[in-house]
This record gives sequence, C-alpha cells and structure tokens, in this order.
Amino acid sequence: MAKTDTYQEIERTAARRKKGMRTTTYILLTLWALIVLFPFYWMLLTSIKSYGAYNSEYIPQFITLSPTLQNYADAFSAVPLGRYLLNTFIFTVATTAIMMVVITLAAFAFARLNFRGKNLVFTLFLALMMIPNELVIITNFATITNMNMRNSFLGLILPSVTSVFYIYLLKENFAQVPDSLYYAAKVDGTSDLKYLCKVMVPICRPTLITIVILKVIECWNSYVWPRLITDDERYFLVSNGIQEIRENGFGRENIPAMMAAVVVISLPLIVLFLIFREKIMAGVSRGGTKG
Amino acid sequence: MEKNKLKGWLYLLPAILFLGCFMVYPLIDVFVYSFEESYNFASQTYQGTGGFNFAYVLHDTYFLQAVKNTFLMVIITVPLSTGIALLISVGLSSIKPLRRLFQTVYFLPYVTNTLAVGLVFMILFKKTEYTDGLVNLLIHWFGGESVDFISGPYWAKMFVMCFYIIWVVMPFKILLLTSALLSVDQSYYNAAKVDGTSGARIFRKITLPMISPTIFYLVITGFIGAFKEYSDAVALFGTNLNAAGMNTIVGYVYDMLYGDSGGYPSYASAAAIILFVIVLTITCINLLISSKHTTYN
Repeated sequence: MAKTDTYQEIERTAARRKKGMRTTTYILLTLWALIVLFPFYWMLLTSIKSYGAYNSEYIPQFITLSPTLQNYADAFSAVPLGRYLLNTFIFTVATTAIMMVVITLAAFAFARLNFRGKNLVFTLFLALMMIPNELVIITNFATITNMNMRNSFLGLILPSVTSVFYIYLLKENFAQVPDSLYYAAKVDGTSDLKYLCKVMVPICRPTLITIVILKVIECWNSYVWPRLITDDERYFLVSNGIQEIRENGFGRENIPAMMAAVVVISLPLIVLFLIFREKIMAGVSRGGTKG
Repeated sequence: MEKNKLKGWLYLLPAILFLGCFMVYPLIDVFVYSFEESYNFASQTYQGTGGFNFAYVLHDTYFLQAVKNTFLMVIITVPLSTGIALLISVGLSSIKPLRRLFQTVYFLPYVTNTLAVGLVFMILFKKTEYTDGLVNLLIHWFGGESVDFISGPYWAKMFVMCFYIIWVVMPFKILLLTSALLSVDQSYYNAAKVDGTSGARIFRKITLPMISPTIFYLVITGFIGAFKEYSDAVALFGTNLNAAGMNTIVGYVYDMLYGDSGGYPSYASAAAIILFVIVLTITCINLLISSKHTTYN
C-alpha cells in the first residue's frame, strides 16, 4: 500500500514539475513577445497622440483617451512622405523586375545550356559570393558619380540588379526539372526562350516567388547605397526620408508626427508579411542572411 | 553546337555585364585606390603609391574608436543573441498551442525598416528636457537614477546599441534554430527516455549535437553581420556617428567616402580592406573550430 502511495507521489511531483516547466516556458515566451511588440505598440500609440498632449506628458502615458489622426495628415503634408513612398515603390519594383530577368536568364544558362567554359564561369560566380558589399561600394560610388547618375533612379537601381546567390539558388532549382521535358520540347521545335518561359518558370514558381519576396524586403529597407547616391530630396527612399525627417523635418521635434511617418513606412512590409507568412519564413530560412 | 555555345553566353551576358561593372571591376579598383596616396576625387590625380593610406587609417583615432566599438558590439551581441535565441527556440519547440502565433510575432523585426524602428527605440531611451523617456520611467520605478541612453555616457549608449542589435537579429536566429530543433528525429528522445536520461543530459548529448551545424552557421553569419554593423547605429544615434562616439568600421568607411568628412576614397578603401581582412580571419577561425565540434549526420 505504502509503495503505491510513493509511486503516486512521484507521479504527482513529476506532473507538477512538468506543469511548472510549461508555465515558465510560456512566461519566458510571452516576455520576449512583449519586448518584440512593445516598440510597435509605442509607435502606434504615439502616432495618435496629439502634439500638445505628447509634449505635456512628463511621465509617458500608456494609453491615450483622445486619439487624433492629425499626425498622419502632418506627415504627408509637412514632409514629402508620399514622394518617399512612391520613390521606394518605383525603386523596389524596377530593381526586383530587372533582377528577376537577369538571374533567370543566367540560371537557365547554367542549368540547361551547354557551352565551353560554363563550369569555370560558374565557379567564378560562386567565388564572387564571398565579396562583401562594403568592398565594392567605394568604386561603385565613384562610377555612378562619374557617369552623372547621382540623384537618378538608374544610379539607384543599376548596382543592385544582380545577385550571385539568387542565381545559384535558382540554378539549383532549374537543375531539378527533368531533362525529358527539355527534349520533348526540342522535338516539338520549341525554342529555348519559349521553353524557359512556358515550362521552367511555371515549374519553379515557388522559388521565384521566394526570391521576389526576399528582394522586395531588401529593397524596401535599403539605406546605405541610396544615402550615398542621393542628396536631392526628390529621390529619397523611405530610409533616407525617415533620417531626413528626424534631422530636419517638422521644425521643432514633432515626435508624434515622426511616429506617424514611421507607422506608414513600416506598414507595407508588415502587411506583406502577414499575407505571405509561410512563404516569407520558408524563404528566409533558405536564403536569408540578415542576423 | 556552335550556335548553342554562343547562345549560352548570350543568356549570361546581362549577369556578366552587371557583375563585371559593379563587382569585379570595383574589387580590383578598391585595391588600386588603397595604394594611391592623396587621391583627389575632383581632379582624379594622386601623388604616389605606397602603404600610407593604411598607416593613416590605423593611426586615426576615429578609426580606432570605430574598431573598439565594433569589437565590443560583436563580442556582446553574438553570444548573447545566439544564447537567448537558443533558449527561446527550445521553449518554442516544446509547446504546441500558440506556437504559430509566437513565431509570427518573433519574426516581425525582420520585415521592419531598421531606420524607422530605430527611431522608436531612440524615443524610448532618450532623455530630453520635456520627458525622461519610458525606459527611465521604468528605472525610476525600480529606484534607479535616470540616464540619457542616447547622448549620455558611453556604456549607456553601448547598452542601447547592443540591445537594439539583438532585437534586430533575433528573428533570423529563432527561425533557424526552431526549425532545426523541430527536425531532430523524435526516436532519439524516446530512446533516451526509455533509458531514464535526465533532461539536461538529453539536451547536452542529443539536442546540441543534432543542431550544432545550425548553431555554427548562425555564429558565423552573426560574426560577419555584427562586424558590418552600421545602419542600426545610424538609426539610434543619427548620421554623425563620430560625434556620438558610436561609429563602426563600416560607418568609418562611408564617412571617409561621403558626407561632411568625406572625399577620401583612398582612406575608405584602406579601411574597407582592413575590415575585410578582419572578417576573413574571424570566419576562418570559426570554420576551423566548427569543423572540430560540429556533428553532421
């Protein structure tokens, strides 16, 4: 009898410990979730506080009872936020579109076409993956300046329309498409280009979408190159725009309006992320590097 | 065959052109720049060749400050972020309900513009004449003295910097570690349970070896990323990082190239090459260590 008691005792302790473990885990996870979410909450909250209310709070308030959208109106009228957004949109779409064409053609050549020197060129391409951007940006800056392309979309876009890593990623995917499809297409007299567009691209769509998403995130957040190459406000992207707003915008420090701008800038990618959650997370674990 | 050969090159042409112009040529040119003394951007002339640029950079107090800052950031953030990410990932992989929600939340910093969110961090930590800021409010609650984290003492600025870097790099690490943990074969754990192995021992002897390739991958990319730290510093302290005393090596390169203190591509090139050598050395050391301790199955 006594033995079963201790056995039950042991089981109960184990269950209690397991429950304690579980609770600790959830507390820890919630804590980190709060740390991650808090800045987002704070920017939203501050962006709907009125200028007067914000500046009279010596002790910051965690809620606001009189929300206002005035800051959003200010953000679009006092500084050219709409312009920054439009520029970033153009930059992102153009860069991504051109890059997709360039890397698809290159990946196709590596994966399907046979020509002398292919392996050598491919090895050289792979070697380029190790070159950090910081090393080549100096000359690129000089090149673009000498070509008189500062403060232009061409200057912004051209240096970032190829990525060896994405060529590699796509080539691996293209190589998995069975050869028999290619020969069947050849027998039917299909041209290489048509085969690429009608067969390869549809089959490898998931990888292509992954690359597009990663590139869009990269473009939307790019800061260093646009900062070097633009000093005319008409060509600023959002990152430079926000820096400009911080240093010169809104006259006296109008923090609620700045936060409204921050919300507007952050929103597109967050929405994109919430829609394509699975794709983005799978894509980043395959090809992301940030961190 | 002859036609096919040409065609292959034709498909590669755009990629080769772009890479040639914006990667291969600059790569050679950066070394040329770094050995040309007193190069002038406007007239495109230089006075001699030699190692002067490297000597100048290595004796520049701003550069030494940047090196010190960068090394501190690397040493603090890489182990801390990897450790915390591991802790969170272990927690995340041990629960079922709410896991997806937590994963989604944890990933958010990855898709946000670092300049924009950095501004929020600045406001949370900054002390102005109107308000002490939220973080100082918390410090007050716990009975501490308020500190200006953005333009105050060095350690305070370094603290915010490291905190923000960790906040930014965490999503990537949690994502990779969680998927590595979830892909460990469950039968190993069952076997260990049958043998009555303790939880800590299971973690050390099964989990860690199984996910060691991912950990080392994260450590290596973490080192590389932290050495190239720049945008996050600008987000917190503004574009004039030298004045804030928080410049990084990459920041030094860009400052030498452009901006108020710019116009010296030779110094910038020399600094960039020094950075590249540092990163290459550290990566090689990491690879050597990892090849000894990593288990691949």
